[in-house]
Amino acid sequence: MAKITYVEFNGKEHVVDVKTGLSVMEGAVKNNIPGIDADCGGACACATCHVYVDQAWVDKTGSQSAMEESMLDFAENVEPNSRLSCQIKVTDELEGLVVRMPQSQH
Amino acid sequence: MNEPGAGVVIVGGGHAGGSAAAFLRQDEYEGPITIIGEEPIAPYQRPPLSKAWLKGEADADSLALRPDSFYAEAHIALRLSTTAISIQRAARTVTLEGGETVAYDTLILATGARARTLDLPGADLEGVQVLRSAADAEVLKLALGPGKRLAVIGGGYIGLEAAASARALGAEAVVIEALPRILARSSCELLSDFFTDYHKARGVTFELGATIVGFAGERGHVTGVKLADGRVIACDDAVVGIGIIPNDELARDAGLECSNGVVVDLEARSADPAIFAIGDVTQRPLPLYARSHRLESVANALEQARQAAAAIAGSPAPPHEVTWNWSDQYDIKLQLAGLAVDTDDILVRGDPATAKFAVFHLKGSVIRAVEAINAPAEFMAGRQLIGSQKPIDRAKLADRAVSMKEVAVR
Repeated sequence: MAKITYVEFNGKEHVVDVKTGLSVMEGAVKNNIPGIDADCGGACACATCHVYVDQAWVDKTGSQSAMEESMLDFAENVEPNSRLSCQIKVTDELEGLVVRMPQSQH
Repeated sequence: MNEPGAGVVIVGGGHAGGSAAAFLRQDEYEGPITIIGEEPIAPYQRPPLSKAWLKGEADADSLALRPDSFYAEAHIALRLSTTAISIQRAARTVTLEGGETVAYDTLILATGARARTLDLPGADLEGVQVLRSAADAEVLKLALGPGKRLAVIGGGYIGLEAAASARALGAEAVVIEALPRILARSSCELLSDFFTDYHKARGVTFELGATIVGFAGERGHVTGVKLADGRVIACDDAVVGIGIIPNDELARDAGLECSNGVVVDLEARSADPAIFAIGDVTQRPLPLYARSHRLESVANALEQARQAAAAIAGSPAPPHEVTWNWSDQYDIKLQLAGLAVDTDDILVRGDPATAKFAVFHLKGSVIRAVEAINAPAEFMAGRQLIGSQKPIDRAKLADRAVSMKEVAVR
């Protein structure tokens, strides 16, 4: 279990406990947090679960796979700390993780 | 007419219906929401049923759109194993099997589609099944494993995914297709050939151009598929994947315009302003292609769920999307965008032999559709270029040395 803070583009924060083994995307969807659409349900097929990982967490959340990198390359408003949240697995080490959402996923 | 306050009633507890309820709450709609679903379980994702879930790589929890606890917390009444049998538009009520009536201010029809079945001798044998619901998938999964042989009837995406999953579970698979090639209705010949070869290399056999006349069985269970040429293709289970039929009867009986689906506008609203329809059951406008179409995809279900939720909650309308879909088979991720209609040429970028390439369907120098195999940049850039209708440089698009970024900016 890890406590994760999801920050909507408008600044609204959602702090939820997410089960180990789920993805950061699933943590948002299961709690009906707006701003992460995840249309493909985590198949890395749609790039609608784009988040910005808080700088302090960039190393701990790992690096982009080639597939993810190619998808993100064409998403809107991509930053160096952009990730597809379906590709970040929740572990106990991510306790306190903060991710922010872009203005739009589409 | 009801007193205001009956809220939103959603008929259909699938991907579209469940998502519409969730999006209404995200859009801060505060009225009552009721979901009426025929299946005994809360809304779930269907795509994994032929992919990750069938292979045993995803559990039931991960199929659920939202945890069961979500509905109570969000004050969404979830009425499962419940069938709506008619709509009274003047009274704004829905009648359920058993006679109860449920009042609505706004109705969302998310009744989806059902799998087409084969009306042939032996089609009622045990082991002859479709793959549409979680219950169907449970039955199929039990029938797969080493030493088992699955007959896949219909060489479309659902059948090919089932064949790939069967192989992953150690079962044999044979695909039986009536047309001379697989994916004939949805894809170009090059893609058909690519997938045929890819499956063959992984042990799947094919019977193309084969007419099925019935099923053979022993003690009530299927043992083979009978072909018109007299052969019987032995199998332990047969999954029929020959398309889906929209469940538009409720709407039709209520006098709403239907034409292979409930006719809706770009807000997902039907001719009756109090009734929306979303997902596989709709015949919707596609302005990019100057036509209406019935799309069968999660992307469409979610886009229309967002449209309806925004219209009902009074939120800004969501942006229009380029239709897209995907398929997972073995280590292949196929991503599709757009519709290959009114096109005059096909351009292949990359080499199919490397299992990393994309097929672009063009009208002049405008991309209308893309089929990308393990080629996410081609899919993403292609989807954007389809939406913008910006002409591209064909020589650059055909040259893998030129990045898709450069193709996109021209």
